[in-house]
Order: sequence, then C-alpha cells, then structure tokens
Amino acid sequence: MDIIVILFLVIGLFFFLGGAVGIIRMPDFYTRLHPAGKLDTLGIFAMVTGLSLYNLQHFSFEALLLSAKMFLIVFFVFLSSPTATHSIVDAGMRAGLRHWTKKKRRG
Amino acid sequence: MSTFFLSIALGLLFLMLFSMYRALFGPTVLDRLIGVNAIGSKTVILLLLIGFLYERVDMFVDIALAYAFLNFVAVLAASRYFHKRKGLYEESFMD
Amino acid sequence: MTDSNNNVAKKVGDTRAAFFKSFFSFLITFVFMFLSWIVLSGKFDPLLLWLGGISSFFVAYYFYDLLFPAMEPGYGKVFFRFISYVPWLIWEIIKANFHLLYLAFHPQMKDLIDPHIITFKTNLKSDIAITTLANSITLTPGTITVTADSDGVFRVHAIDRESADALPGTMLKKVAKVFGEKI
Repeated sequence: MDIIVILFLVIGLFFFLGGAVGIIRMPDFYTRLHPAGKLDTLGIFAMVTGLSLYNLQHFSFEALLLSAKMFLIVFFVFLSSPTATHSIVDAGMRAGLRHWTKKKRRG
Repeated sequence: MSTFFLSIALGLLFLMLFSMYRALFGPTVLDRLIGVNAIGSKTVILLLLIGFLYERVDMFVDIALAYAFLNFVAVLAASRYFHKRKGLYEESFMD
Repeated sequence: MTDSNNNVAKKVGDTRAAFFKSFFSFLITFVFMFLSWIVLSGKFDPLLLWLGGISSFFVAYYFYDLLFPAMEPGYGKVFFRFISYVPWLIWEIIKANFHLLYLAFHPQMKDLIDPHIITFKTNLKSDIAITTLANSITLTPGTITVTADSDGVFRVHAIDRESADALPGTMLKKVAKVFGEKI
C-alpha cells in the first residue's frame, strides 16, 4: 500500500516539476498558460489520490468522510482551473497582446 | 512515511521558487498572475502534507479547501481588474 | 432557461406541471446542499443536522432555479451519460498531459511548438453543452478556449499542430451525444 502512495506522490511531483519548468521555459504568456493551468491540475489530482489512499489505511467512517472532502478539492479545482485560465486569456486578448509565432522568430 | 512526506513538501517548496521567479520578473502583469496561480495550487497540496505531518488532517483539509476557493477568486478578480487597465501593452515583449 | 425567479413563481400558481417541475429542482438542490453539509461538517449531532437541514432548506428555497434550471424529462438520462463521459475525459487529459510534459522537457522546444489560433463553428445550442465543451477543451492540454459565444463559435489557442488537428473531432461528438444535440 505504501508503495502505491509513494508512486502517486512522485508522479504528482513530476507533473508539478513539468509545470514549473514549462512556466520558466515557454516563450510567451499564452504558451505559458498551457503548462501552468493543466499540469498543475493533474498534479493535484495525482497527489490527492495518493494522500487519500494513505488516509484510508486505517479504515473508519471518519477517514472516509475526510477522503471525500479531499476529493471535493479535486472536483473544485477541475471546475475552477479552466475558468481561471480562460479569464487570464480573455484579459490578454482584450489588452491586445499578440501571440508568439515561429515566423516572427525566423524573419 | 513521515520523512517521505517531509521530502515531498520540501520538493514542492523548491518548485515554488521556480514559479516565484515568474511572479517576480514576469514581463507582463499576466505572467505574474500565472506565477501566483501556480504557487497557490501547490500550496493546497502543501497544506494537506502539513496536515499529515502534524496528524491533524481533519483540520488542515478545511484550510486547504478554503485556500483553493481563495486562490480561484483572487485570480478571477485580478484578471477582471486588468481588463480595463492601460499599460499592459507597453510592457509587452515582442522581440 | 432564462426564466427569472419571479416568472417561475408566477407559473407555479398557474399549472400543476410547472409546480412539479420547480418542486423537483428544489428537491434536488436540497439534497445536494444537505449532502455537502454532511461531508463538510462530518459530525452527526442532532442539533447540527437540524441546523444543516434548515439552512439548506432556505438555500434551496431561494436559489432552486440557479443550479438545476428547467428540469427536462430526460434530465436523469443526461446526468448518467455525463457521468460516463467523465472517465473518457480524464483518460484524454492524462494522455495529452504526457504530450505536454514531453514538450516542456524537450531541449529544442521552440522548434517543436507552433502556437496559433484556430476558429471553428459548431451547432451546439444549449448553454451547458457549450460550457462543457469549452471547459473540456481547456482541460485537455495543448489547447485553450479563447472565446466561446452562444452561437457555438469557438476560438481556440493551440500550442502545436498536432493538438490543433485533433480538435473539433471526437470531443464534439461525445459532448453532443451527452446532451442529445445534433452536430
């Protein structure tokens, strides 16, 4: 059981690492949104799955409620993360920021 | 297991420094917003891990839930606020 | 769908069917709120359960048309089809996330990515179908919905050609099937 929990946590940390590296390396703010909004969401999903499995090791009704509460966080993040991303993109579009393209870099 | 949780929490803190770079030196305001959002989503997990370390998960899970709500509202309000602001385009970075 | 609270209240007096419709959505909102109360509080004292029942009654009484507006006859069917849509979506998210991870760690990332904005039109009518499709597109990495208006026109920012080509294909079909709309 511990091995599964460790696996989930490491996978989640790996997703978070990808998100952080992507935020640093991407060339423009629209492309930066891609790793920021979504790799973090999946990282939260994986880590909360691992933590709630660890929580359910000593099984009781309170532990079950606690795990349900943790999955409420995941549910909320899955709803709110696209909304926040869309809101930031909308602000950028209204401000008139143009997006980075390949041709601009060559020519 | 508690040592492992501690190391995962330290790793998350280290990754927060990456996002902190974007929040501090981002070329536009929206880049800083992305950095702050990324830090917030890592903080939710960090709060859960702290709860497991102190063995008070029942309390810390509420704090994490409230923090997730707060992070969402903060990002939404800030991006709505910068709709009408000037100075976003001048800060642009087109090379 | 756009009925305001007053309109619904007037109709309640008029016909029996409308009353049952709004009462049904009231009941679903009440049950939903009460379940959230139980999960969030986690205590089973009679006093706390009583307080939760009262407060979720008031919330459901005033906001019953906000969360589940206009109960259709086939609403339960739509709900179960939506539940069966979620695992496919999660699998798709995981698959596409690994693609994005590969992009983020690739040394020559700037040659691989090719950001551009694509526009496509769909025939989706209802607001909830458009919202579901827009949020699903945003959750699938590589694509972000920029605008989605009520005519069904989507503008999507895609990070490379591969994720842009996959776009209004199977996901649109699945969403249209869930909400029972024609493509």
